[in-house]
Amino acid sequence: MSSIPTEQVSPGKASLLYDPRIRGYVYQIALVAIVAFLVWSAASNAIENLRAQKIASGFGFWHNAAGFDINQKLIPFSASGGSTYGDAFLVGLLNTLLVAALGIVFATFLGFFIGVARLSNNWVIAKLAMIYVEGIRNIPLLLQLFIWYNAVLKPLPNPRQSIALPGGTLLNNRGLYLPDPQLGPGGNLIVWAFLIGLVATFIFRSWAHKQQAVTGRQYPIGWIALGLIVVLPLLVYFVTGRPISFVYPELAGFNLRGGIQIFPEFVALLIGLTTYTAGFIAEVVRAGILAVSKGQTEAAHALGLRNGPTLKLVVIPQAMRVIIPPLTSNYLNLTKNSSLAVVIGYPDLVQVFTGTVLNQTGQAVEVVAITMAVYLTISLVTSLFMNIYNKRMALVER
Amino acid sequence: MTDATTENAPYAFVRKETLQQEPAPLSVAGPLAWIRTNLFSSPLNAILTLLCVWLVIDTVPGLVRFYVLDAVWTGTNREACLADKVGRPVGACWAYVADRTQYFIYGSYPVAERWRVNIVFAMFALGVVWLLWNRAPLKKVGVFFFFVIMPASAFILLLGGPRAESFLRFLILATFALAVIYLVLSFAPGLMKFWIGEGQLAVEEAMPAWQRFYRPKRLILLSLVVFGLLAVLADKIGLPRVDTGLWGGMTVTFLISAVGIVFSLPLGVLLALGRRSRLPAIQLLSVIFIEFVRGVPLITVLFMANTMLPLFVPQEYSPDRLLRPLVGVALFAAAYMAEVVRGGLQAMPKGQYEGAMSLGLGYWQMMRLIILPQALRIVIPGIVNTFIGLFKDTTLVAIVGIFDFLRTIEATLIDPTWATPVTRSTGYAFAAIFYFLCCWGMSRYSIAVEKRLAAGQKR
Repeated sequence: MSSIPTEQVSPGKASLLYDPRIRGYVYQIALVAIVAFLVWSAASNAIENLRAQKIASGFGFWHNAAGFDINQKLIPFSASGGSTYGDAFLVGLLNTLLVAALGIVFATFLGFFIGVARLSNNWVIAKLAMIYVEGIRNIPLLLQLFIWYNAVLKPLPNPRQSIALPGGTLLNNRGLYLPDPQLGPGGNLIVWAFLIGLVATFIFRSWAHKQQAVTGRQYPIGWIALGLIVVLPLLVYFVTGRPISFVYPELAGFNLRGGIQIFPEFVALLIGLTTYTAGFIAEVVRAGILAVSKGQTEAAHALGLRNGPTLKLVVIPQAMRVIIPPLTSNYLNLTKNSSLAVVIGYPDLVQVFTGTVLNQTGQAVEVVAITMAVYLTISLVTSLFMNIYNKRMALVER
Repeated sequence: MTDATTENAPYAFVRKETLQQEPAPLSVAGPLAWIRTNLFSSPLNAILTLLCVWLVIDTVPGLVRFYVLDAVWTGTNREACLADKVGRPVGACWAYVADRTQYFIYGSYPVAERWRVNIVFAMFALGVVWLLWNRAPLKKVGVFFFFVIMPASAFILLLGGPRAESFLRFLILATFALAVIYLVLSFAPGLMKFWIGEGQLAVEEAMPAWQRFYRPKRLILLSLVVFGLLAVLADKIGLPRVDTGLWGGMTVTFLISAVGIVFSLPLGVLLALGRRSRLPAIQLLSVIFIEFVRGVPLITVLFMANTMLPLFVPQEYSPDRLLRPLVGVALFAAAYMAEVVRGGLQAMPKGQYEGAMSLGLGYWQMMRLIILPQALRIVIPGIVNTFIGLFKDTTLVAIVGIFDFLRTIEATLIDPTWATPVTRSTGYAFAAIFYFLCCWGMSRYSIAVEKRLAAGQKR
C-alpha cells in the first residue's frame, strides 16, 4: 500500500479517459453506432434479398384481392365478393378481439371463484382448487388447446347424431348450434328497454352512493338493478306481444341448417384460454386476499359488520390494490396467448394475416411488422387504462 | 402474601397437587371434529362438500379405469390396443408410448449417434445440479461450466461434422493459448500491472508462483479436460455431421430451454443494467427492446425469426432452420429475464451501492462483486418461474416446423402403425405428465429457495 504515490493525486486533473461524463458519451455513441450499423446492414440485406427473390415491398398488397375464405367472420368477407387483404386483416383482428374479450370476462369470473375456493375453510374445495391450479399452470397452453380441440371436441358425433342440449341447442363435431333469435315488429323496444335499464341502473347507483355518503342511508341497489335490467325488458316483451321468435337448428342432409353456429375452433380456444388464464388469476386473487392483514377483518367484525359486508367493504377493496397490476398482465397474456389459435385453425389475426396473407404475398417484413404493431398497441393501450385505474385505486397516504 | 404462607395454611379448599390434563372435548379434536370444521361447518359448506365429493367420484374412477386398469401395457402395433381384437374394453394404449419412447426422446437422430445426445443430457444434468444444489462445491466453476463449456460441447457433440471439429480445434488452441498466458503471468505478475493496479500487484507478489491466478487456472484446466475428451471421442469414434432437421423430441425441447436460459440470463442481466443505467441512450434502447418484446406474443417473434431473420443476413449466411427459433426464444426470454433481474436490482438497498462506491470500486466491479451476487440470489425464484414459462413456451416452436417433444407426439398420432381410437388420449396424457413433472418440479424448487431465502428475514 505504501507504494501508492500520494503526491500525484490531485483532484480535478484526472485524465480525460477517466472522466465519467466523457466515458458516458463514448459508451453511448458506441452503442448507438453499433445498433445503427446492425439496423442498416439488416435493412440493406433485406432489400438485396427481397430483390433477389423478386418479392415486392411496401403496403400496396393491402388493397389486393384476397383469394381465400374465412369461416368465422364478424364483418362480410368472401373471396368471390372481392374482399382485400385489408379486409382479411380486419376480420382477423376482430376475431382476436372477440375471443380475447370473452376470454377475459370468463377467466376473471372463474379465476376469482377458484382463488377464493383455494382459501375456503372447506378442505375438499380448497384441495380441488389447488389441484386445478397446479395442473393447469404446469401444462403448456398449446397442449391444452390440442386436448380441447383434438381430444374433446373433434371426437363429438357428426351432425346426424348431434347431442341435444336443453333449449334447442345442438352440439356436434362441427360446433355448437344455438337457436337464432329473430326480432319481430316491436322487438327493438326490448333492446332499448334493456339499454335504458342499464343506464338507469348506473345513474341510480352513483346517486345512491352519494346519498349514503351524505346521509348514511343505504338503498337496495341490487334489487333495483334487477328490476331495471331484467324485469323491465321482460315487461316490454310481454306488453309488445312477445315479438322474439327463435329459429332452431335443424338437420338438412348431412348438415344442420338454421341457428347460430359457433365453430369448434372458437369453442376450444375460448375454453382453453379461459381455463388456463383462470389458473393464473386464481393465484393472483389468492395472493391479494392473503395480503390483507387479518386485523382488518377482525376490526370490521368488531365494528359489527357481518361476513358479507366485511368482504365487500373491507377486504376486497384493499385486496384489489394488490390484485389489479398482476391481473392486468394476465389479461395481456391472455390476449397474446390468443395467437395460439393458429395451431387449431381459429381465424385470428395471426392465423389469417401472419399465416395465410403472409404465405400468399410473401411480404414477411410488412406483415410481421403490422401484426406486432397491433399487439403492441393493444398492450400499451391496456396498460395505459389499467395505470389510470390503478392510480385511482391506489392507497392515498396521509 | 408469600407462597410459603399459603402452602402451610390449613385450607381444605386449596388443592395441593396439579390435576391431570383432561382430553380435549370431542367437538374440537379428533377426526369427527376435523370433518365438522373442515367439511360441514355450515349448510352451504355441506352442500358444496357433497357436490365436490360427487364430482370426484364421478370422474376419478373413470380416469383410473381408462389410464391404469383397462390400459394396454405391452404390444408391438395397433392390434394390441383395438377393443375388438383384444376382446375387452381398452383403455390407454401405453404400449404405443413404450414403442415410441426412443422417438420421443431423440426424434429422428440417427440411432448409431444417440450416445452423443446422451452425453449432452448428462452434461446438462450435471450443470443444472451443480448450479441449483445449494451445497455443491466450486459454484463459480459450475457457472463457467454451465454457460461456456456445456453449450460449446453440446454444439460440437450434437452437430458433429467438419464444422464442429474445426470449432473444437479452435477451442483447444484458444484454451492452450490462455493457459500459456496464465503460466507466464504466474511467474511474471509485473506484466499485469496495468490491469490489476499497484495495490493488487503487491498482494499477488506476496503469494508463491503456483498460487497466483489460481482461480482462472481451474477454469482453463476444466475446459482443457472436457475439450480434450471431446477431441479423443472425435478422433477414436468420429463425430459425423447430423443435420438439425433430424433432431427432435425431448432433445430439442431441452435444447431450446437450455439455449433459452444460457443466453437469456446474461443478456437479461445486461438489459436490466441498461434499463437502470444513467446514460439516456443506453436506457432508452434497453427500455424499447424490453417493452417491445414483452408487448408481442412469442408466436410473432418466432414468425419474425423464421421469415425475417434470413432476410436480414446475406444469402450465403442464411441461418439454419433450428437456429432461427432458437434466436427468437433467447431474445424473447431475455426481455422477461431482464424484468426479473431489475426487480432484484431495485430491491438492493442504496447503502450497498454507496458502500461499494466508497470502497473505490468502479461500475463493473461494483456490479460483479457486490450488487449482482446479492440481487441475483434474491430473484432465483423469479428466474425459475420465468424458466418454467420458457419451458412451456418451447412447445410453440412446433408452429414454425421444429420437431419438439409435443410435435413428435402429434407426428406419431397420424402414423397408421398405432392408429387406434385411444392413441390420442394416451399421447396427450403422456405429454401432459412429462410437462407437468418438469414444471411442477421446478416450481417446487423455486418455493424451496424462496423459503430458504425468507429464513434469514424471519423475525
